[in-house]
Amino acid sequence: MYYISQYIQLQAGTVLFNGNPFFQSEHSEFKGFAKELYQKLELQYPKFYKMDNLCKLAFLASEIILQGNQESDVALLFSNQEASLGSDLQHQAHIQDPEQYYPSPAVFVYTLPNISIGEVSIRHQFKSESMFLLADAYPSTYLLPYTQYLLASGKAKKVLCGWFRMQDDNYEACCYLVEKEGPIAHETQTIE
Amino acid sequence: MRSAYIQESVIISPLGFDTAQNFKQLQAGNSALRKTTLSASLGETVVAQLDEEALNNHFQALGVESFGSRMEKMSLAALMPIIQQRPITANSLLILSTTKGNIQALADQDIQGSFIPAMAKRIADYFAFQQEPLVISNACVSGLMALSVAKRFIQMEQVSDVYIIAVDELTPFVLSGFQSFQALSPENCRPYDQDRQGVNLGEAAVACYVSSVKEADSIRIAGDANINDANHISGPSRTGEGLYLSIQKALQEANLKAEDIDYVLAHGTATRYNDDMEAIAFHRAGLANCPTTSLKGYYGHTLGAAGLLEAVITAECLRRQFVLASLGYAHPGTTEPMHIQQETLAKEIKTALKTASGFAGTNTALILTTD
Repeated sequence: MYYISQYIQLQAGTVLFNGNPFFQSEHSEFKGFAKELYQKLELQYPKFYKMDNLCKLAFLASEIILQGNQESDVALLFSNQEASLGSDLQHQAHIQDPEQYYPSPAVFVYTLPNISIGEVSIRHQFKSESMFLLADAYPSTYLLPYTQYLLASGKAKKVLCGWFRMQDDNYEACCYLVEKEGPIAHETQTIE
Repeated sequence: MRSAYIQESVIISPLGFDTAQNFKQLQAGNSALRKTTLSASLGETVVAQLDEEALNNHFQALGVESFGSRMEKMSLAALMPIIQQRPITANSLLILSTTKGNIQALADQDIQGSFIPAMAKRIADYFAFQQEPLVISNACVSGLMALSVAKRFIQMEQVSDVYIIAVDELTPFVLSGFQSFQALSPENCRPYDQDRQGVNLGEAAVACYVSSVKEADSIRIAGDANINDANHISGPSRTGEGLYLSIQKALQEANLKAEDIDYVLAHGTATRYNDDMEAIAFHRAGLANCPTTSLKGYYGHTLGAAGLLEAVITAECLRRQFVLASLGYAHPGTTEPMHIQQETLAKEIKTALKTASGFAGTNTALILTTD
């Protein structure tokens, strides 16, 4: 049996950490919210400013949930529905009109959803298992047994599972950390 | 724990519409790469593109002409012959691997049309899968990761068997991006060669059946790992750390040592940095002297399809006891020496390593064996 040791929810300017209010932004739109939360966390990480919104969301959620984590073998299983839609639209806009054609590598690199895994891995130096899944709703049917498998087979010591919605200005992050000990049983009811 | 086996596969590529045709073309040393102008903005690029007329004829012969986007049709055409032979059960899993899905829809302002889970659902419904499809989008390792994940779900006894589709299209979206990175080769790519100038892009749809039953032609997945470099989002690691660790962990699980590996089918995109990264990782893993092939000189880089495409070719090499020449290679050009396979020939091989690496520092290693 494995347990959820920490969990976090970010949406509409609000952060709930382990079910308790952690942060309330004056801004509900993502840009203002992300900036304010970054400042509140007193981070010095210039790479943050280069990230697209999906990566910023995954980065901020991971930053909070991994506070105090000492383990480096943490698998990252991230998911969403729209993949990297925000950056995809931006890159498409750069190439749509042949008269104003200027694809940018700084945008194009974010047109893959698993770049968010790369950003979190770099930040926390996780040389670990990872996977990005796409689904219409959180794929708990697959992530529950897969998480158990990674832990039971010794392929990871902890697993960070996350859902990162970033469509227009509709954003939502739900993440939880699974390990050997914790207050909440890791089962279908608790992860849904 | 039960074992997972690669059974039959179908490759839809510019080199043919089934795996046997594809393998024959590889044995003959034929490349699908051609100089092509996809749009005035892109100019001339060297790519491996499916012939539209041949593809449409193939769709029609299979009876899929009225179904969805081009990419969905490619996916159906790949999977249909397998399902005709291997009927799905209530507990069968469909895995779809793609980096960009039908991204072409964005050019027509069709945002919904670009959503990958909806496409996966339509394919699953077409074949009447009862389980939700599992969709992996993990850059250029996606197709190989799909095999790794299929093996794990079979080991967990969560599913009876797995049908995988790995697919990506050649689009101005992706070509323009690689062009902006100045990563495209103006000529046929030359993996690991001193004069390599970058990557060529291609397209393919590949389907593969994975189950727990050992059959006459089965190839066992003996070990696997997917480890991130934690180094850079677009540049390969200078130490090859993630790839090295992936190989180590896969070997460990398979209970094998580097000297047990008879053949390596590597990633080999022919960019300077990727190939050097692999050379360093293979050197560290004790595989510098193992015959190594990249298939990018035949197919270009088919992104989310590449890992599965190259893995099922590796399985064919093991079945037929053949190694393939790494097309485009003539002179050593990596920071650590490698043993690049220069000829296509019959050879006794029992165990092979297949690797892939991609943006976000992602790596996958898979060990395939005939036993």
